[in-house]
Amino acid sequence: MTAATEPHSPAHGGTDAEARPVFATEPRILGLPASAWPRILAPIVIGVLALGLWEFAVWWNGIPQYILPGPILIAQTLVADWGTLSGSLWITLRITFTALLAAVVVGVSLAVLFTQSKWLEMSLLPYAVILQVTPIVAIAPLIIIWAGDIDLSLLICAWIVAFFPILSNTILGLNSADHNLINLFQLYGATRWQTMRHLKLPAALPYFLAGLKISGGLALIGAVVAEFVAGTGGSASGLAYRILEAGYQLKIPRVFAALIMISLSGIAIFLTTSWISHLLLRRWHESALKREN
Amino acid sequence: MDTAFLSTPTPSHAASGRPLVRVRGVSKQFANGTLAVRDVDLSLGAGEFVSLLGPSGCGKSTLLRMIAGLGAPSSGTIDWPSTSHDASGRPERDLGFVFQDPTLMPWASALANVMLPLTLKGVPRGEAEGRAAQFLALVGLKGFERSYPRELSGGMRMRVSIARGLVLKPKILLMDEPFAALDEITRHRLNDDLLELWWKERFTAVFVTHSVFESVYLSKRIVVMAARPGRVMADLAVDAPYPRDELFRTSPEYAHLCRVVSGKLKEAIGS
Repeated sequence: MTAATEPHSPAHGGTDAEARPVFATEPRILGLPASAWPRILAPIVIGVLALGLWEFAVWWNGIPQYILPGPILIAQTLVADWGTLSGSLWITLRITFTALLAAVVVGVSLAVLFTQSKWLEMSLLPYAVILQVTPIVAIAPLIIIWAGDIDLSLLICAWIVAFFPILSNTILGLNSADHNLINLFQLYGATRWQTMRHLKLPAALPYFLAGLKISGGLALIGAVVAEFVAGTGGSASGLAYRILEAGYQLKIPRVFAALIMISLSGIAIFLTTSWISHLLLRRWHESALKREN
Repeated sequence: MDTAFLSTPTPSHAASGRPLVRVRGVSKQFANGTLAVRDVDLSLGAGEFVSLLGPSGCGKSTLLRMIAGLGAPSSGTIDWPSTSHDASGRPERDLGFVFQDPTLMPWASALANVMLPLTLKGVPRGEAEGRAAQFLALVGLKGFERSYPRELSGGMRMRVSIARGLVLKPKILLMDEPFAALDEITRHRLNDDLLELWWKERFTAVFVTHSVFESVYLSKRIVVMAARPGRVMADLAVDAPYPRDELFRTSPEYAHLCRVVSGKLKEAIGS
């Protein structure tokens, strides 16, 4: 908005409207801000160079494919085995997202509950910490035995890993609402629920989203680790099982292909959560704004 | 007193009966032992513009917050003689509060920020929007309804905060050094607009400041406070007529009043 279009009344012709902060508006190339392109292109260039070097090293030294396959062979395997691998990918992702959803629901609910009652927080938070610090690999076998059902036990493992960052970040966020704003809500006689809905939850949003970004990746790791421990056969098996299976059969290109699918899924999850975070915070949070100096 | 414009106040509520707020023998001691306020007696009449003037640490903000009901006095009472009380005997304080910082919700637009008191009182959304827009226009921010606090300047944020303080049409608006962080040009502009609002909306204004010039320009009455412990040292009436404007700010009377009040403040600090 320029000064000419600002509709102030004559009496306020001198509001310090001119002193409003200026936010950067960048030219866009193919729908993305111009400054975003180097951030996309630079890693791609490095990646292509590294892959080229890898392919060359494998070819030059004549390394057999059961030790280290070149990127081209891996890409071919990815295409050739897509049928089996994509099915496994779907299974792993389904566990990941269900676990993440459960982590969000349980993490946020517990955080809200804990901020309502200090006693509850004092009594339960230590156990959440214990869940978090115990290595999932160590307790996965127990969970598999107790849960009985493999899918359910994988879900529980992934959930345990994913839920703590959401819980602790949301607790921090709920407790970090501006003190004067809390006073203001008190002045107007706001109920607990109103304070939660209009003040604490919005104040906690950036913290929750930071937790979500971490938990998204952790849910995937949790799902894969649990699959490794479970090591089940059969048709309905995730990517981790495909890696184990291909490893036993010395189908190393396939191991790499499955690894790449896991990595790409992790990246996709990270980009999605970052994008959600950007959409929700872009208008008001410091982290999402770019100022022109 | 050596001036026609400065006198001991005749209680302005004498005419209208009971005062709006009556502070009697109020002291406040914090848990760490600091005596923030000692033995304050103060009556606030309807329609007054009172400044609490004093050095930092004189308990003026603490006193203001206690009047608002944020923190109870350690001893003494704060009554609202002309206000109804709820079932448990608490006064239904009909007030607005403006903090030193604009204290806006960064995630909400200017309009939503002004709507907050209405939302909390359960006013239907459509009606609340209309009233909030009306008050935004009143503080000179028509056209900025959809702007977020981040996108506004310091002065504009303070205007939103004042609009929020007034949107319930309270009997009394408490302001805690609201313009202390603003530059002088913006501050003068906001002082003018605040006086205009006070004149139009007829609320009682209690204004905490450490600026002699600001207090003389704005107030009908200046309560000078001293620090350690915080206590009232002088209660002065400023008899210069309203409306006051740039002409008053540059007049010899204004300069003279400032000199007298400065003297009182110096006495208070020296004591």
